Parts: sequence; structure tokens; C-alpha cells
Amino acid sequence: MVGNVFLRRSWLAENGALVALVVLVVALSLLSSDFLSVTNLLNVGVQAAVTAILAFGGTFVIVTGGIDLSVGSVAALSAIVLAWTAAVPGLPWPLATVVSLVVGVVCGLVNAALIAYGKLPPFIATLAMLGIARGLALVISQGSPIPMPDAVSHLGDTIGGYLPVPVLVMLVMGALAAVILNRTYVGRAMYAIGGNEEAARLSGIKVSRQKLITYALSGGFAAVAGIVLASRLASAQPQAAAGYELDAIAAVVIGGASLSGGKGRALGTFVGALILAVLRNGLNLLSVSAFWQQVVIGVVIALAVLVDTLRRRGMS
Amino acid sequence: MELLRAEGLRKRFPGVLALDGVDLTVRAGEVHVLLGENGAGKSTLIKMLSGAYHPDEGRVLLDGRAVHIRTAGDAQRLGIATIYQEFNLVPELSVAENLSLGRPPRRFGFVDTKRMHERAVELLARVGVDVDPRTPVARLGIARMQMVEIAKALALDARVLIMDEPTAVLTTGEVEKLFSIVRRLREEGVAIVFITHHLEEIAAIGDRVTVLRDGRSVGEVPADTPQDELVRLMVGRPIDQQFPRERGQAGEPLLKVTGLGRKGVFEDVSFEVRAGEVVGLAGLVGAGRTEVARAVFGADRYDTGEVTVRGRRPARGDVVAAMEAGLGLVPEDRKGQGLVLGADIGENLGLVTMRGATRAGFVDRSGQRRAAAEVAEQLGIRMTGLAQEVRTLSGGNQQKVVIGKWLEADAGVLILDEPTRGIDVGAKVEIYQLINQLTASGHAVLMISSDLPEVLGMSDRILVMARGRLVGELSAAEATQDGVMALAVAEVAGPRGR
Repeated sequence: MVGNVFLRRSWLAENGALVALVVLVVALSLLSSDFLSVTNLLNVGVQAAVTAILAFGGTFVIVTGGIDLSVGSVAALSAIVLAWTAAVPGLPWPLATVVSLVVGVVCGLVNAALIAYGKLPPFIATLAMLGIARGLALVISQGSPIPMPDAVSHLGDTIGGYLPVPVLVMLVMGALAAVILNRTYVGRAMYAIGGNEEAARLSGIKVSRQKLITYALSGGFAAVAGIVLASRLASAQPQAAAGYELDAIAAVVIGGASLSGGKGRALGTFVGALILAVLRNGLNLLSVSAFWQQVVIGVVIALAVLVDTLRRRGMS
Repeated sequence: MELLRAEGLRKRFPGVLALDGVDLTVRAGEVHVLLGENGAGKSTLIKMLSGAYHPDEGRVLLDGRAVHIRTAGDAQRLGIATIYQEFNLVPELSVAENLSLGRPPRRFGFVDTKRMHERAVELLARVGVDVDPRTPVARLGIARMQMVEIAKALALDARVLIMDEPTAVLTTGEVEKLFSIVRRLREEGVAIVFITHHLEEIAAIGDRVTVLRDGRSVGEVPADTPQDELVRLMVGRPIDQQFPRERGQAGEPLLKVTGLGRKGVFEDVSFEVRAGEVVGLAGLVGAGRTEVARAVFGADRYDTGEVTVRGRRPARGDVVAAMEAGLGLVPEDRKGQGLVLGADIGENLGLVTMRGATRAGFVDRSGQRRAAAEVAEQLGIRMTGLAQEVRTLSGGNQQKVVIGKWLEADAGVLILDEPTRGIDVGAKVEIYQLINQLTASGHAVLMISSDLPEVLGMSDRILVMARGRLVGELSAAEATQDGVMALAVAEVAGPRGR
């Protein structure tokens, strides 16, 4: 009971994930002398970037009460399309990038069309897209990595030899997600739809149209994540980002969003993605086996959601 | 014989003293009515008796012995069953399976289906309801679901049966049936705690009444106490007029519906609502009133006919077009369709105006907050601030929020579907006054209500629907409860009865 009162009343409760991140960072810097170095932290940032960008897109979807399982596959497909079109002689790479982003958006639109007009459950529609996008990536690449054009590969570099571009892209996409969620009509409509779809509809929100935008954003963010990942690896790989959708969902949920919709923040998702990256990095530094790492991360996801659930029960 | 006694119950939640000394005694074989405005502490009290909450102070005695009800299981073992407004039935399972839920009769480790059905038949007979135990619960209407709930309580050998507003969802005929079941249980010696907002039901079914106000029990009176006195006890002051309708001059027709029809649901519905007018839409539940309202508002489609709002004809099935023409709908299911419960008051009030307050994709949030603050002030919503979650508001204040979002949007024609269902007397009067203000400033109101005194008291004209058709129109002066009911049921008994 004492714990409940504590959680209910405090600022901690609203920012549980942030507190967990701070505790984690402090603990790891005590346990490992290598952890708290600028190089390592930037490394963590680079490792977090792809998951975080996918998760920002996922936040939109989860706030509306949906789920997007296809983002890992869509990321891979977009990257493959970029590398493939950039290899066409005479086609400038910026245009190839645009094409790649459009592919991501179109995948999202197909998801949304199946969900909003076909009335498929989001889980099923995006599960189908998970297979379709991955398959198309394999078909286009014929199963082999395609080298990225040099210009795009610079995305994997650093600015001024210091700030890694993936970290910068992550911050920009995070800020964009926050602005969309907090300030725009599209974002506010996401919360209303996730909170009560029928009430939103009866208040004049065009639910189907808003879902199209939501999943299109998720697809677009996935494309950006795919490009960032491929630029880091200097090649687009058809099997890249497999399973990343689950990391992204975990980040969103650790960040305090509710899978039943209506709740979630970009900052929370950012913290959630950082927690996952810091954990992996720290466990590596501590030479914990990759097998045990999976166990630890599973436990952390369960704990994060459990704390949140207990807190909510305490409030009602 | 006294069966259940609660003494000096107190319960504090963060920031609120929900119960501040409640006493209640219930005898075996009586129907004890629990009366009080929303927020008076009725739900907190019954949640304590059913093990959902735990009192901070005070005690509960059963048969004169102090008992501790810590969980729902404890309540069940003690023979205390509660039927909430939201039923605890599994819709996909059959009636028999629901009645044996959790403890089905077994044979060799398998469910003994035969015995399960026998048990169900017996229980259903005790309640006096004619249902095939193999029917999936989802296929029953609300009234029968409720009876299955009662049977389920009997299956647990309930000695105390707590019913939370059981009549709120029932039609007049169904209420009579429920009452006869309740009377039968009373004769069997079951102690029944009965919560209702309908004062006229108290004398019909109750024996004694405990009135709660602001978390305290303020009186225990016989059920034949005059209604005025009950209201005075409940609100702590006399309410001069239950229905303070101020009728004005009707102006231009703002809403015109002609020949509206949807196959198998309603047909040939034509009426108009003028500026400054309240038109009541009466009828039995299932007569098609809500369906017509939703079709007019664009929430559902219609096949034939047309809708004209202030000279404009919004496309059918288009909520946004209807809104832009000046229509607003306050749906009957407040929580399910009217509100985003997890969002705050400001956000809910601004839902309709949000589109208009968007420039280049960005919502003018400070403008939205200002407008919401103004409406909240005008409506007298009792809240800690616009950032309070609507989930935590009382029913009356929640309804004000739903109405408020249309005020903020300045909808010229408001359709109110059961605007005061489940709302306490004080808040009802406030909503009636709001309707007065609206019509005085030239708005038109179409009010669907199953509460006949309300329809008669607040409408300027009354339309009666039965079986998907308009069967009559009465002026406020000529309408009586009997007259309206006669119209509402006459057609149902007709040759094409369903």
C-alpha cells in the first residue's frame, strides 16, 4: 500500500521510464569504467537510433490503439529500393531517397486501407505486410546485399568527426514525432481515436482518413530507419531489421504508452528505446552472454509494464 | 429479521472523502432502496459490501457477527451478490455455462453438461424467465441478460442481493417483470439492496429507503415517503420544479426530416424542429428512435428521404457534413460514444471545434483551452481543472461535457438522446435549465427520452414512435403519460408485431 501511495502521488510515476534509465546509467557507470565515456555513449545512441526511429512511428499507431508489425520489413524494403534505384545510371541519389520514402509510405497506406476499409484487425493486416515487404525486399535484391551509393553511406558518418548522423536523425525524427503528437490536428485526432473511436467519429473526426495518415507516417518513419541502418552498414540487406518491430513496440510500451490506445508520448518512447540500447550495451560491457541478454530484456519489458499497470490500478 | 448491518463506514481516496459515516441496515425479506445523487457514495458503499473496496473505518455485520469482506470471493462465501450495470457475463458462452461459470458440475473430470443444464433450468425457473439454457448470452436482450445475472446470484445462494440501477436499461414492461422477480425473491427471504434514480419506483417496489448525501447516510425512511420529501433529503434542499421548462415562441424550422427510411429499421419518418423549440421523441426502447437520430446526424446511413438543416442538405452518412450544417448529437451511451474517458475535460470539450481551430495542420491549443474554460464555466462543470480526466467526473458532469462540446461548436440543432439517463436529480435540473437557455437563444432541440415525466415536462411537442414509424404527435398541453404510452404500445400489438 505504501508503495502504491508513493507511486501514485509522485512525479516518478509519470516519468517511471526516465527514472529507470537514470538508475540504469548510474548503475552501469559504477559497474563498468568503460560505460560513461563519450565514445561509448554515442555508440549507444547509434545503436538506439534505428529502434527509436521505428518506435516513433510505432507510437503514432499505438496511440490510435493499433499495432504495426511490419516496420522492420518495411525498413528493409525501403533500404533495398534506395540502393537499387540509386544504382540506375543517371538517377540522382536524392530522387532515389524520395522513392524509398514513398515506398515506406505506400506500405503504410496499404496497411491502413486493409484496416480502415477492409476492417482487418491491425495485427493481421500488418502481419501480412511484414511478410509481403520482406518478400519484396528479397525478390528485388535476389537475396543478396546491394551496396549503398557513397552519398547515402555518409549518413553513417559523423558530423565534424563527432556527432554521428544516425543520432542526429533520431533526434530530428523524435522532435518531429513530438510535434505531430502534441501540436497537430493529426496527432490530437490519434489520441481521440485511440481513446474512443466512436466518440471521435461522432465528434466529426474522419477516422478512416486519420488512420491512413497514421500508418503512412509509421511507414515513412520505417523507411527513414531502414535508410539509416543501411547507411551504417554501407549496404542494403534484404534480411536487415528482422525482428526490430518487436523492439520498437517494446520501446513504445516501456515509454508508458498503452496498447489499448489513447496514451503515449514521443519522449517516453525515446527513453524506452534508450533503455533497451543502454541495457544491451551495458550487458556487453559486462560480458554477459547474448543469450542471457535476451532474458534480461524480456524481464525489463514485463517489469516496465507491470509497474505501469499497478500504478493505474492504484489510481482508479 | 436484521441480516446485514453497516456501521460508520468511512473511506478516503486521495483528495476525496468518499464515505464519511454511512450506516445501513437491511432485513431479510425486504427491498431496501439506496437513494442518493451521483457522487453521494452509493457505489463506494456497494463496492465495500462486495469486496472491491475496503473501509478505512467502520464495520459490517452479517447475522450480528462482524465480517471482513476483503475480496469478491469473501462476499460470495458470505452470500452477498452484486449485480452491476455492466453485467459480468461471458457473451459467447451459453446461459447454462454462464450460470455454472467457475464451478461447473463435473463427472470424471469433464464438465457434466446434462447436470449443468438441469441446474440452469431450475435456476431460470426460480427467476421465472423463459430462456433456453443453450442460448448464447450475446443473443439475449438486455432485460434477459439481467435476469440471467439474477439467476447467477441465486446459484451462489445469495442471501443479500445488491442491484445497481437495474431499471436504468429496461423498458416499462421489462421493469414490471423485474419487479415481480424481485418480489418473489423478497418472499423467499432474500435481502435486496436496490439502487434507482427513478423516484416513482421506490413506492412500487421498496420497503424502506436509506438516503445518502455527500458520503453520509442522512435518513432511513419508509418507501411510501412522498417524493418531495425524498428529493429534499437527497439534495438537502427542496427542488421547486422538477421540470423547469420555459416555453417560448417557436421560430423558423431549423431541422426538417422528410420520408426518412432505412430498410427493416424505420420508414417514412417526417418531422420538423423549429428554432426555440424542444421536440420530444417518445416510444419504447427498440422503436427506432435512436436509429432515426443517428441517421439524421449522419452516423448511420438511410435509404430514402431527406434531411434539411438550416436550409442545407448534408450528404447522407456524413457526420462532418451534418456538423457543418449545424447539427449536434449527444448520444445515449455517454461513456461508449460521447466521451474519450481517458482524455481530460479540455480535450473532450474541444473535440468538435478542433478541426476549425487548426491552421496549417497545427491546432491552436491555447485558443482551444480558452474556449473550453469558457464553456466549462458556463455549464458549471464541477472539476479540479480542465486537465482532470473525464473518467473521474460524476455522470451529470460527464453529460455536461458531452453537451459542452456542441455548445463550443455552437451547433444550432441539438439531438439529445436520453440526456439525463443515470443522472441524479440535481444535475437533471441543471441540464433542463441548459435546454431552456439553448432554446431561448434560438437553438432547436430534439430530445429522445424513455423517461415519460421528462418528455411531458420538457417538450413543447411530443412525437411518438413505434416499430420504426411515427405514430402520433401531441402538443405539450394535450399529452398525458397514458396518452403517450397508448400510442407507443398500440402499434406494437398490431398485426405486424415482431
